[in-house]
Amino acid sequence: MSVVLDFERPIAELQKRLEALEKQIAAHPKPELEAERGVVVADLERTRRDVYRDLSPWQKVQVARHALRPQTLDYAKAIFTEFTEFHGDRAYADDGAIVGGPARLNGRVVMLVGHQRGKGTKDSVSRNFGQPHPEGYRKALRLFRQAEKFGMPLVTLLDTPAASAGLADEERGQAWALAENIAAMAELQVPILTVIIGQGGSGGALALGVADRLLMLEHAIFSVAPPEAAANILWKDSKLAPEAAAALRLTAQDLVDLEVIDRIIPEPPGGAHADQAGAAEALREALVEELGSLEATPMDRLLSQRYAKYRRIGTFYE
Amino acid sequence: MRSFFRRAVPGDSGSAPGGTAIPDDMWVRCPRCRELTYAREWESSFKVCAKCGYNAPLSAQERIALLLDEGSFHELDAGMRSGDPLRFAPAGRPSYHDKLAQWTADSGLSEACIYGRGRVDGIPTVFSMLDMSFFAGTMGSVVGEKIARACELARDERRPLIICSASGGARQQEGSIALLQMAKTAAAVRSLGRARVPYISVLTDPTLAGVTASFAALGDCVIAEPGAVVGFAGPRLIEQATGEKLPPSADTAEFQLEHGMVDMVVLRRDLRAVVAGLLRLFLDTAAIRSSRPLSDGLLQVPEDEPVSAPVVAG
Ligand SMILES: [Zn+2]
Repeated sequence: MSVVLDFERPIAELQKRLEALEKQIAAHPKPELEAERGVVVADLERTRRDVYRDLSPWQKVQVARHALRPQTLDYAKAIFTEFTEFHGDRAYADDGAIVGGPARLNGRVVMLVGHQRGKGTKDSVSRNFGQPHPEGYRKALRLFRQAEKFGMPLVTLLDTPAASAGLADEERGQAWALAENIAAMAELQVPILTVIIGQGGSGGALALGVADRLLMLEHAIFSVAPPEAAANILWKDSKLAPEAAAALRLTAQDLVDLEVIDRIIPEPPGGAHADQAGAAEALREALVEELGSLEATPMDRLLSQRYAKYRRIGTFYE
Repeated sequence: MRSFFRRAVPGDSGSAPGGTAIPDDMWVRCPRCRELTYAREWESSFKVCAKCGYNAPLSAQERIALLLDEGSFHELDAGMRSGDPLRFAPAGRPSYHDKLAQWTADSGLSEACIYGRGRVDGIPTVFSMLDMSFFAGTMGSVVGEKIARACELARDERRPLIICSASGGARQQEGSIALLQMAKTAAAVRSLGRARVPYISVLTDPTLAGVTASFAALGDCVIAEPGAVVGFAGPRLIEQATGEKLPPSADTAEFQLEHGMVDMVVLRRDLRAVVAGLLRLFLDTAAIRSSRPLSDGLLQVPEDEPVSAPVVAG
């Protein structure tokens, strides 16, 4: 499995040179080699910054899908303490495409729920590549209600291409599961903070993402449908996904302009997959800050503001 | 199918069912089983095929004639038109602007949704419906706004809400703005629910994706029309994506009844009586008669923070 994206080649080459140099230096330290290393390090930093400053929408899609990009369980470990995963919807099954349970953020107990794409073939297959079944959404709903019962602020992390769409999902009411979650989040009586960490794809993402504050990592995407599916609907050709990605305005920068998201969380140079600890720290800081301001708002006011936030989305003439 | 009706039945969108303008010798072919029926018979049976029972799509006028008391419907916000939030105009592809103009010209409609006040068997209601003949009934800003206004009107006037859905899902050309109409409409339905005003959702052929997965699934009672394709992805998309061949029953109204997703499948000729009966049951409780809301935490826009008018200029 290649984890170097096409447009990351210049970065990968510099990294290789740096590694070789460091080996040489370890074996035979020489001032010339030290000097050369300094040049390569600076070059690498600059190249990273340059490549990642101007990613096209389609490149962002690839970054959002990167195999090494941190997922919900990585952040659960890096940012939270005592994360205690709960399983099952109490009706049908446990769905690994959604994970969740109580955890502490900066000492404060919250309910953490997020999509999990999986790592490596076996884990990814068992999690259906992060495409949840209805039972995943119903597990999430169970945890939302528990958060409400115990007054835990809800933190959700979105990272799914879309909800699963097979015959079995129809039999178990995928559309009904999504609708119930979306509606439940609209009236849930705890603060809700959502961060799109990778792919925020369609209703399958929204069903964990109706929030008081909607944040987005710098290179994440948020879209009405995966670009391939959108290209198929729009132009009957899923190979036109790169064009669809541009037309759908799915980048964090576009979504700030559209007033869909509230804030962009910057990623380390080279993206979250290049520096997982750096990405986690940036996310932690944003979560702590936003939760603080949400918790200072009375619940009634939060609920009506949440209603107003979604009520005003739309563009029309009359 | 639409164009066939236009050819076969002059003034299709304007004439009431059973209208006398249809000549005796005109035939209509059932879009599902291909059986030929006299146009006049087809219209007077509200476009239900006598052979296979298929419930063909109804225009707004036909649906209103089927469900509401004669002359009782008064449409609101009829002139609302979509903006172009993404300025969707990829090079070499049809722009959203052009698509909207084309659908308007083809259908004679300004958008995929209507709503207004109307009575069912004397009971004042708010009625709304989606129309497949404009942009495949897809939900963008206008559909989302009209559904939300219908919910809020029903809530504020304590009139039961009836929505007849027919839609391919979210409108891609509005991107995440279309996606978020799911949250907007679902929240509005819950706002209605907190005020204890009943909502009856009628799913007609086809109701799919983002529309099913938001307001359409959330009725206090969910009714589906016989044979209607109703669900999330829909059989065609599932077959495309998975390569599995689905049984013909997949994602039909009857399939959803069997799997517990809808409360009942109702024949078109019974629809008005069933809806009226349901409304009487829902409305005849002490809580409703005293107009007590469900609890605190009513969902509405705060008074000191009015909704900034989402109207676009020019
Ligand atoms: Zn037929």
